[in-house]
Amino acid sequence: MERNKLFRDLRTSLIIAAWFSFLLFPLLVMKVSVTSGAALVRFRWERLPGIAVAAFALSFAWRRALEWNEARGDKPSGAGPIAALTARARSALAVKPIRLSVSAVLLAVVAVYPFALGMYHTNIMITALIYVILALGLNIVVGLGGLLNLGYAAFFAVGAYTYGLLWKYAGPAFVAAGVDPGWLFWIALPTAGVLAAVFGALLSLPVLRLRGDYLAIITLAFGEIVRMVLQNSGAVTGGATGISLIPRPWFFGLRLPPRQAATYIYYIAVALVALTVFVVRRIEDSRVGRALEAMREDEIACEAMGVDLVRNKLVTFSLGAFWAGIAGVLLAAQTTYINPDSFTLWESITVLMAVVIGGTGSIPGAIGGALLLKLLPEYFRPLAQYRMLIYGIAMILVIIFKPDGLFPRNRKKYTFEGAPSEGGASPAADGQEARR
Amino acid sequence: MALMELRDVCTYYGNIQALRGISLSVEEGEIVTLIGANGAGKTTTLMSICGIAQIRSGSVTLDGEDISRKSPHSIVAMGLSQVPEGRRIFPQLTVLENLDMGAFLRRDKAMVRVDLEEVFDLFPRLAERRNQQGGTLSGGEQQMLAISRALMARPRILLLDEPSLGLAPLIVQNIFEIIKRINEERKTTVFLVEQNANMALKIADKGYVLQNGSIRMADSAERLLANEEVRKAYLGL
Repeated sequence: MERNKLFRDLRTSLIIAAWFSFLLFPLLVMKVSVTSGAALVRFRWERLPGIAVAAFALSFAWRRALEWNEARGDKPSGAGPIAALTARARSALAVKPIRLSVSAVLLAVVAVYPFALGMYHTNIMITALIYVILALGLNIVVGLGGLLNLGYAAFFAVGAYTYGLLWKYAGPAFVAAGVDPGWLFWIALPTAGVLAAVFGALLSLPVLRLRGDYLAIITLAFGEIVRMVLQNSGAVTGGATGISLIPRPWFFGLRLPPRQAATYIYYIAVALVALTVFVVRRIEDSRVGRALEAMREDEIACEAMGVDLVRNKLVTFSLGAFWAGIAGVLLAAQTTYINPDSFTLWESITVLMAVVIGGTGSIPGAIGGALLLKLLPEYFRPLAQYRMLIYGIAMILVIIFKPDGLFPRNRKKYTFEGAPSEGGASPAADGQEARR
Repeated sequence: MALMELRDVCTYYGNIQALRGISLSVEEGEIVTLIGANGAGKTTTLMSICGIAQIRSGSVTLDGEDISRKSPHSIVAMGLSQVPEGRRIFPQLTVLENLDMGAFLRRDKAMVRVDLEEVFDLFPRLAERRNQQGGTLSGGEQQMLAISRALMARPRILLLDEPSLGLAPLIVQNIFEIIKRINEERKTTVFLVEQNANMALKIADKGYVLQNGSIRMADSAERLLANEEVRKAYLGL
């Protein structure tokens, strides 16, 4: 059986290798050069074996991987070296002294990070942390509420522009009155959150009856509308040139040099991430969170339970947007410059990808996904031109091999362990598929 | 006064009239069943009562109050719970979390706990599986969960949409016995929509026969069971 499969895979891969050699022949083997009006075709035959071998190896490896993945699904989870390792880590963490020391080490790393690694790395980390906040916020909408939102960057923009416009219009008055304009940051932070939440509620109104594709399209359009409005109302927002010289946050009236300012913002970002995690966890465990999850599972049943769907969706979008607003203020403070190009559809998609790759509905997933997606590209700059390609491949791999994401939500998966009662109905009898 | 009353209810899907003036009444403490063939309008009737489908004319009253223009969640708050067609439990939530959602509108935590024990008493199978994800339950267990979930709202009237759908005869028997028990022990009024006319009429006090969107017959359950026409058309006897 196993041998037959292997044989079949080898054969299919051979055919594919031949087919690819044929397909790529005009591209990679033939080379046409035009010299003095005459076309000269040169055949680079030495390349052909390489193409064939590569196609064969890739095809074969892919097939084996898919089969391994399928076979893995039949076995109960908890087998295999990785599962054993995580199980061991988990049981170790359950011991209090170990847990405490691990958290202490983590805390220490977070605390000394900007001093140990310098400004360049600190700035990269701040950007990553901003994305962590974004991912956590989007996770409320997508992971808990099950509502796809492709216009999330719009709320990010609302946050950043709240700070930017506050600076542009209230800043001179602050300076004239002799008040440090850095105070504006602390005013902008809650204002932006609330304003973004209001925009979230606004967006939720037209999409109340929509789901799936339609919802995605409307949110996408919303994101673009906000960006276009920012770009084209130049008199108010500065148009495509944006707003510059945005002050850094107030720090006891001191004007910090860039390095210290970055460190300071880093700590603010860490604090905000901690706050976000805390609040999102509270939401998850609350009545509202449960209602959101129920809405994701089945809207009609949810309504039959007496959940007000209209209010529920409004709350979902507002809660998600709130954190994007906060993240926007941070971005404006870090870069001291904002323009509409920072809030394209691509930003929305990156955040969504962070949520999905990390594990939809999971807090560690949102954090891990955002850090991965923001830090890796920074440290693999030479590969920058292949970024999209790598993202795409990573996405496909995650969806096939780890559909719950890299750091899935630790939803307690209980199994029935008692004696089966009379009637003999085992779980998943009656032709009911177990849904995961 | 009837607990729930429908008067000349007409419901449309676009231009298609699904209900052609339905009138029926459910007294407090009764089990009333609405039977009919596929496409007769049984589920539409339920949806019209719950406010999920908007009725075009007529009225639905609960305890004398018109609920036909109210939103679904406020109707639930008035003491009307439904077990939707096809069970519609929340597959990824555990049994306990599902039941918790049933008590979503309730603030009396202590009483909710008492009701939870009561529900587990009715369906011991659910107690055994309280921490299992809803989607991993068997069809019969899912139906039990759907009924329990609706009971957790402590409704005055419980609406059931085809609880026998897709279940083995033995399990259907069991479910119907429990519906009867719920009615007797908890004094919950039951409005049961069923295709399985025989089972439904056996536990019901009163029955309505629905055909092509209008009420064809209305009588006590006993007499409907004995009725020649019903026996031919719906009981296959």
